Amino acid sequence: MLKVKGIDVYYGAIHALKNLSLEVEEGSIVTLIGANGAGKTTTLKSISGILRPTSGSILFKGQELVKIAPEKIVALGISQVPEGRRVFQEMSVLENLEMGAYLRSYKKGIQEDMDNVFSRFPRLKERRKQSAGTLSGGEQQMLAIGRALMARPQLLLMDEPSMGLAPLLVVEIFNIIKDINSRGTTILLVEQNANMALSIADQAYVIETGDIVLQGAAKELMQSEEVKKAYLGG
Amino acid sequence: MLEFSQQMINGLSLGAIYALIALGYTMVYGIIKLINFAHGDIMMVGAYVGFFSITLLGTNIVVAMLVAMIFCAALGVIMEKIAYRPLRNSTRIAALITAIGLSLFLEYITVVILGPAQKVFPASAFPVKVYNIAGLSILNKQIFVFVSAVLLMLILQYIIKRTKTGKAMRAVSLDQEAAVLMGISVDRTISITFAIGSALAAAAGVMIGVYYQTINPLMGIIPGLKAFVAAVLGGIGLIPGAMVGGFVMGLLETMVSGYGNSLYRDAVAFGVLIIILLIKPTGLFGKNTGEKV
Ligand SMILES: Nc1ncnc2c1ncn2[C@@H]1O[C@H](COP(=O)(O)OP(=O)(O)OP(=O)(O)O)[C@@H](O)[C@H]1O
Ligand SMILES: [Mg+2]
Repeated sequence: MLKVKGIDVYYGAIHALKNLSLEVEEGSIVTLIGANGAGKTTTLKSISGILRPTSGSILFKGQELVKIAPEKIVALGISQVPEGRRVFQEMSVLENLEMGAYLRSYKKGIQEDMDNVFSRFPRLKERRKQSAGTLSGGEQQMLAIGRALMARPQLLLMDEPSMGLAPLLVVEIFNIIKDINSRGTTILLVEQNANMALSIADQAYVIETGDIVLQGAAKELMQSEEVKKAYLGG
Repeated sequence: MLEFSQQMINGLSLGAIYALIALGYTMVYGIIKLINFAHGDIMMVGAYVGFFSITLLGTNIVVAMLVAMIFCAALGVIMEKIAYRPLRNSTRIAALITAIGLSLFLEYITVVILGPAQKVFPASAFPVKVYNIAGLSILNKQIFVFVSAVLLMLILQYIIKRTKTGKAMRAVSLDQEAAVLMGISVDRTISITFAIGSALAAAAGVMIGVYYQTINPLMGIIPGLKAFVAAVLGGIGLIPGAMVGGFVMGLLETMVSGYGNSLYRDAVAFGVLIIILLIKPTGLFGKNTGEKV
């Protein structure tokens, strides 16, 4: 479904992604794990079109994304739950969800998805009139996920959705990710919590300083000595 | 007391005009963090368009206002596209200098085309009536200015709070990158912001024409600066702040002229700016984040 082929991304003089390639198969959960500053966020931002690779190509269902405006990429069916949630703090929960559906016009479909988000996250329903900035960290993460789902994406990019959450909530978030995937949404999951990520993913990539250093089935990577040592705490 | 109430009435209509102009400053600042110093001059252009709509096309005042609003909305969009968009990723000072350049450009291109002399808004476009109510004299133009300004502010409030476009404007001003991830076009949203802000300024320009009867190419400078002070007073980037700030400035100005000396009214306006910047640079409604101004 998604093929990233040899992209290079720079921040000024900093070479953040070096000839990076990865693939996401339709219907799967693929995880991209790596340490701080490895280039995970940069990869997702490049797919969403916020950053532009200087070379290489990003194909989504055969279509080249590198030259497409980011808002058009959303329209093609790729949504992102950004790092740090990035909910619109001074807008209500409801308005945040509406923004997720910004490109859609069919009211009934939007309402359906809104109901789905609310039944998945009842806390958001209770707080729908409240401004997003007043939500707890976990609730904001749920809102960020719900907001991305409102676009009815085919491919969902998630950037460290478990960051800063209590262990119980982390488990809940991963269950939600599995559930979203089981309903047909393909997922590319960036995580530092390698353990959890590998346990739910089909395929996995390990990134180090802008480069993929390991890849394979998630189950196999979980057994790999290198991964155990570097990312699974022994 | 009677005198005070009379000054209040005068102040409210003047304040409504400042508020309309201040809204454009604050909306543009909210979305691209730029003080658009050409904003007062857009108001001036609006006044001229209104003037010609009345004198050449023979429209009534309401239509003249609409024509001016549409013209300036387009002007605002074009200005942003040509002058500000290429500088969006450069330093703030570059954009600010460009804004000052644009301001001078609009002022002196008007001088070149239409001459430096003032033009008189035809009295027939708005025959003055005075209503005497409970010892107060209220002019019909004061009512017109106040009512149409409040109406425009209500429409703006509706757009910002209730429509998809308005919500997108808020989203872009809160978090541009997150807004892009929603599929919102930042360019388009910024264009719409300039269009709305400039249309409000144009309406204010026509109101000033009605209110003071004369217009000239440099008429945008002082009201523009005062509206800027109003926007800072309310908290730059905050829409309700601009409205309240506008009314405060209008009232303050008429009180100073009414009770003190009208020669001091401009000094007082800029004194207010200095005082806010010293005491609470984020303005009356601003959070003390330290970054805003
Ligand atoms: N805006 C920027 N300007 C300059 N350098 C940047 C910028 N953003 C990221 N970088 C650099 O690019 C590299 C990759 O950063 P990136 O944010 O993609 O890492 P990450 O894997 O997401 O890390 P984390 O797990 O901490 O989120 C880092 O070395 C970082 O310092
Ligand atoms: Mg990151």
